Amino acid sequence: MLKIKNLHASINGKEILKGINLEVKNGEVHAIMGPNGSGKTTLSSVIAGREDYEVTEGEINLNEVDLLELAPEERAHKGVFMSFQYPVAIPGVTVTNFIKTALNAKRKAAGIEDMPAVEMLKMIREKSELLELDKKFLSRSLNDGFSGGEKKRNEIFQMAMLEPKLAILDETDSGLDIDALKTVANGVNKLKNKDNAVIVITHYQRLLDYIVPDFVHVLKDGKIIKSGGKELAFELEAKGYDWLK
Amino acid sequence: MLKDKILSSYLAFENNSGLDMDSPVRNIRKNALDQFESVGFPTKSIEEWKYTSLKELLKNDYKILKQAQNEIDTKLVKPFLLKGIESYKLVFLNGVYQPQVSETSHDGMDICILSSAMQNTKYKIVFDHYFNTIASKTDGLTSLNTAFIQEGAFIHIPKGVVVSKPIEILYLTTGKDSDVMVQPRNLVIVDENAYVQIVERHQSLTVQKVFSNSVTEIITHKRAILEWYKVQNDHLLSSLIDSTYVVQKEQSVVSMFTFSFGGDLVRNNMHVYHEGEHITSNLNGISMLHGTQHVDHQTNIYHQQPNCESHELYKGIFDEQSTGVFNGKVIVSKEAQKTDAYQQNDNILLTDEATINAKPQLEIFADDVKCSHGCTVGQLDKNALFYMRQRGIPAKEAQALLLYAFTDQVVNRIKIPALKDWITRNISEKLGVQLEIEL
Repeated sequence: MLKIKNLHASINGKEILKGINLEVKNGEVHAIMGPNGSGKTTLSSVIAGREDYEVTEGEINLNEVDLLELAPEERAHKGVFMSFQYPVAIPGVTVTNFIKTALNAKRKAAGIEDMPAVEMLKMIREKSELLELDKKFLSRSLNDGFSGGEKKRNEIFQMAMLEPKLAILDETDSGLDIDALKTVANGVNKLKNKDNAVIVITHYQRLLDYIVPDFVHVLKDGKIIKSGGKELAFELEAKGYDWLK
Repeated sequence: MLKDKILSSYLAFENNSGLDMDSPVRNIRKNALDQFESVGFPTKSIEEWKYTSLKELLKNDYKILKQAQNEIDTKLVKPFLLKGIESYKLVFLNGVYQPQVSETSHDGMDICILSSAMQNTKYKIVFDHYFNTIASKTDGLTSLNTAFIQEGAFIHIPKGVVVSKPIEILYLTTGKDSDVMVQPRNLVIVDENAYVQIVERHQSLTVQKVFSNSVTEIITHKRAILEWYKVQNDHLLSSLIDSTYVVQKEQSVVSMFTFSFGGDLVRNNMHVYHEGEHITSNLNGISMLHGTQHVDHQTNIYHQQPNCESHELYKGIFDEQSTGVFNGKVIVSKEAQKTDAYQQNDNILLTDEATINAKPQLEIFADDVKCSHGCTVGQLDKNALFYMRQRGIPAKEAQALLLYAFTDQVVNRIKIPALKDWITRNISEKLGVQLEIEL
C-alpha cells in the first residue's frame, strides 16, 4: 500500500529526514518509535503533506499514486489520515458540522453526491458510540476547550467517519490516562481490517500494549536504524534507545 | 465645491419645507447650518479623521435636494427586507417616504415618520422634547444633517410595551442621471421597561454615486431594552457616514450591531452616553471588505455614572487592498466607579496590501474600575488550515470555514433568526463557498 523510498526532507534548510525506506502492506500495523527529535512527527507531516517541509529527495507512493504531487486535501481523498498530536481548535464550527464538511468533501472529490442527512446522522451515532462520545459532545465547537482525552477520541472518531486506507496516529497516547487510552486503542482496533493499514508513532511502548504492531521501526536522527517484530518494542522499553547505533 | 453648493441650496430647501413659520425646527436647522458653514467637512488634520479622507467623496456633483415623488413597488423593495417574518417597515426613496411599501403603527406605540412627528400636534410634544438634544451640535457632518432635516424614522415605544416584531428602516436611493446625496435622520425613544428590535439598512438601487450622511438619535429610559442592527451592504459606489448618538438611562440595555460588508467608504460614529447606574451597552461589529473598500469604526462610550458595563467586540476581515479603521474610545469619568468596560478588536488581513489601523483609547478618571482592551491583527492560522485540509477539506473551503468561525462569536449574538440567517448566508457568499452551517 505505502512505499517510501529514500525520503529526505528538511525544514528551513535543516535536514530532518535523511533517507527513510518503509513499506506498509494492507492489513498491517507498523509502529515507529524513537527518541525526541528523531524525526517522527516530520515523517508523518511529510506523508500528510504539510507545506512547511521540503522534500529534497525520494518518493512516497500510496497504492501506486505519487503522494508528493498532491495537496494535503487530495492525499486525504486518496485515503491518508493523520491523527494530530495537537488537534487545532476551531471555535464556531461544531464537531458534527466539521465531519460532515470533511466527509462530503471527500465524496465530492470521488464524484459521489453528498451523504443523505439521515444516513449521515446514523453513521455519526454509530461511530460516536464506538469512541464513547455523547450527543452533547457532537454539538460542541471543534476541539474548543476539549480535554486531552476528548481531543484524541475526537481524532479517532473522525478517522472512523472518514474510513481511511492509511491512518497515521501521531503520539496519540500523549496526555491520555489509561481509560482514555483503552477507548482510543479499542476504537482503532475495531476500525482495523485487511484492507487498511495503521502507522502508530509513539515515544513509549505503552500504547502498543493495546494496538499490537506487526512491525516496529526505530527512527533515530532521521533514519530507520532498526526494524523488528513487536518484541522490539519491549526491548526498547527496557533498554531505552541509546544501545542502538 | 460641495460645501458651497449645499449652502446655496439651503434657502430653496427652507422655503419648500412646508414647516410652520413658528416651528422650533426652523431655528434648529438655521443654527445647524451656521455651524456647518463655520466648521465644514472634517479633514485629515482632525485626529479622529486621520485615516479616513472625504476628499474624493466631496468631489462628486450630488443632487442635494429631494427629488420629485417617485414611487417604488414591493418587488423592488423585497430583496432588502427580512424574509419569512412579520415586521414593521419604514421605507424611504431618495429621502421621500414610501407608504405603499411601509407598515407603520399607532396602536399603543408610534412607528412612523419624522415629517409627521414634526408637525402633528399629537407627537409634537415628544418630538420637541427629544429632537436634537442627543446629537452633537458642533460636529460638521451632524450639523449638516440637522440643517437639512426633513424625513426619517420616528419611533416612540411607550412604557412597558414589548414590540412583538422587528422594525425595519430602509433608506433606498436611485439616481437616474445624477449622483445623490441624502441625509436620513432617525429619532427613537424607548420608554421604561419597553423592548424593541430595529434593523436599519441603506441601499442604492442604481449604480450612481451615493453619499448618505445619516444621523440617529436614541434614548432608552429605565430598564428599556433596545437591539439595533445596522446592515451596510451597499454597492461599491455608495458611501455612508453614520453618526449614532445614544443616551441610556438607568438599567437600560442597548445592543448595537454593525455589519459592514459593502459600500465604498463607510464611517460609523457611535456615541453612547450613560446617564444612570447599572447600564449595559454592547457594541458588536463585523467588517468584511475587499477591493478598495474602506470602513472606519469610531466608538465612543461615555461612562458617567457608577456600576455600568460596556462590551465591545469588533471583528474585521480585510481582503485585497481594503482598509479598515477601529478607534475605540472609552471615557470613564471620576464619578463612574465600579465601571466594567471591555473592548476587543480582532482583525485578519488576507493579503499584504490590506490595512487596518486599530487604536484602543481608554481615558480613565475613576480608580475602582475594571477596564480592559485587546486588539489582534493577524493572518489565518496555518496549523488550522493544514488540519482541515488533512481531513479532506479543500484549501478555499478550509479558509472560508475558519473565517466564518472567526465571525461566529458576533453572529451568534444576533437575536432575530431571519437576520442571523441572512448574515450567515451573506458571509458564506462573500467567502465564495457553500458552508455546511446549521442555523
